[in-house]
Amino acid sequence: MNGRWRTWLLVGLGVAVVIAAIYFPKLKRRVKTAAKIPQPSEEQARRELTTPTPTNASDPMVKVKMFWASDEDENALSPITVELALSPEPVLRAKQVLNTLLAGPVNSDLRTLPPDAALLAFYLLPDGTGVADFSEALATSTPSGIESEQLAVDSIARTLEANVPQVKRLKILIHGQEVDTLAGHLDLTQMFIVNTKAAQPSGLSVPVPIRPPAAAAAAKSKESRR
Amino acid sequence: MRFPSGLFRLDRSVLAAVGFAAVLLSLPAWAQSPAQTIPAAAAHQSTAPIQTPPYPTVAPPPVQRTSLNIVVLDPAHGGTDPGARGAQGIRESDLVLDLTFQVRRALEAQGFQVLQTRSGNENPSFDDRSAMANAQRGAVFVTLHISSMGLPGTVRVYTLPDMPSRATAGGILNWDFAQASYVTLSRKFGDAVQGQLVQRFKGSPSTVQTASVRQLRTTAAPAIAVELSSVSVQDRGDLNKMMPGVADAIARGLAAFRPSYVLPGEPGAQP
Repeated sequence: MNGRWRTWLLVGLGVAVVIAAIYFPKLKRRVKTAAKIPQPSEEQARRELTTPTPTNASDPMVKVKMFWASDEDENALSPITVELALSPEPVLRAKQVLNTLLAGPVNSDLRTLPPDAALLAFYLLPDGTGVADFSEALATSTPSGIESEQLAVDSIARTLEANVPQVKRLKILIHGQEVDTLAGHLDLTQMFIVNTKAAQPSGLSVPVPIRPPAAAAAAKSKESRR
Repeated sequence: MRFPSGLFRLDRSVLAAVGFAAVLLSLPAWAQSPAQTIPAAAAHQSTAPIQTPPYPTVAPPPVQRTSLNIVVLDPAHGGTDPGARGAQGIRESDLVLDLTFQVRRALEAQGFQVLQTRSGNENPSFDDRSAMANAQRGAVFVTLHISSMGLPGTVRVYTLPDMPSRATAGGILNWDFAQASYVTLSRKFGDAVQGQLVQRFKGSPSTVQTASVRQLRTTAAPAIAVELSSVSVQDRGDLNKMMPGVADAIARGLAAFRPSYVLPGEPGAQP
């Protein structure tokens, strides 16, 4: 190799070193930023992969009542009216309202279901029994306790009652399986009466709203002001 | 009709003798079994002869009312199941065990016999816990919990919602719905305890709540769940301070409930 080529090689190496010196801090910053971004959990990844409920642009916008926790009493439910393009078909409609319930309200403190949980399937049997199949996160991430578990199930049942009148009873499955309890307390082997007027009495569990009279009256007046 | 006079006299005397003999023969039978007359209506219904039982008949003894003597306390969770978990490593399974010992002392002071579904860090199944209460006569069941959330310093009592009785034709209770016959009694018991709790813990409900608590469903006795709020407190001491009050309220509530304890099927039982 003659002297001229050697010079060019050294110049090239020098340029590469300069470029690397400029780029390296930027690369370091990017790695640090990426580390700060929370990695999606398995449940979140599953939820992203789950086929989203299709919405038809021609579906009319309807005011629906979603039952999230009350901002006055976190242990009580309060109806919040939101506008959604809802399908008239009951199964699709049930999926749409339950997915909205899972997505939670604007104030995330008022959500009743864990953010990781996903609705995997919803079936409606001819006798009016709705079967809602949720991912494992509903059982593993719902706070353990009679009160919190009752609030979670009650929010599902009351949201269905308000928006999908065809559903008379509700059966909750976790990842396709019947489980003993939601998170150690509330009995999921039983069905929950959703539409108390339509459902026949048959020894089913009735989700009873946990709401002190004062909070109920406040929620009612708030609802009537809307 | 005309009869020859001699023959007529003979017939009358023969008939009188036969009639007298028949009356004499029937007397002993009459005297021995005066109650064996068949009412006219019964005679119309059946032509079969009525037979006396080959054994002496004894009137059934009057049904005795069972008195409430035993309390089965159930510290929830345990073993690999810690239940609700809060800040600073607070575990529901540990706290409810401490609470159980305090409730036990208060109940024993009232003269109740107390059984526990667990005394250490074990985790019996729901059915095993219910079986302990179902094996007793004159018992109530109290399962103790601490919630993940809720207004700190409050206590709620839960019973199952109404469920139709699932007794079989032979009167045998269906295990899966053993609580069905006791829901009314459980609610009365729950109201008595909740009434005591609300006096000590402001913000608690004044009446019992209903929820489909799994543990209660298979329990064939008046059964309640008591849940304190909550493991979300910053200091475990806050929950420890509540325990004597909760124990006293349960003991007093149970004493108040005692006169109402009439088991299904016994005289004075509510439907």
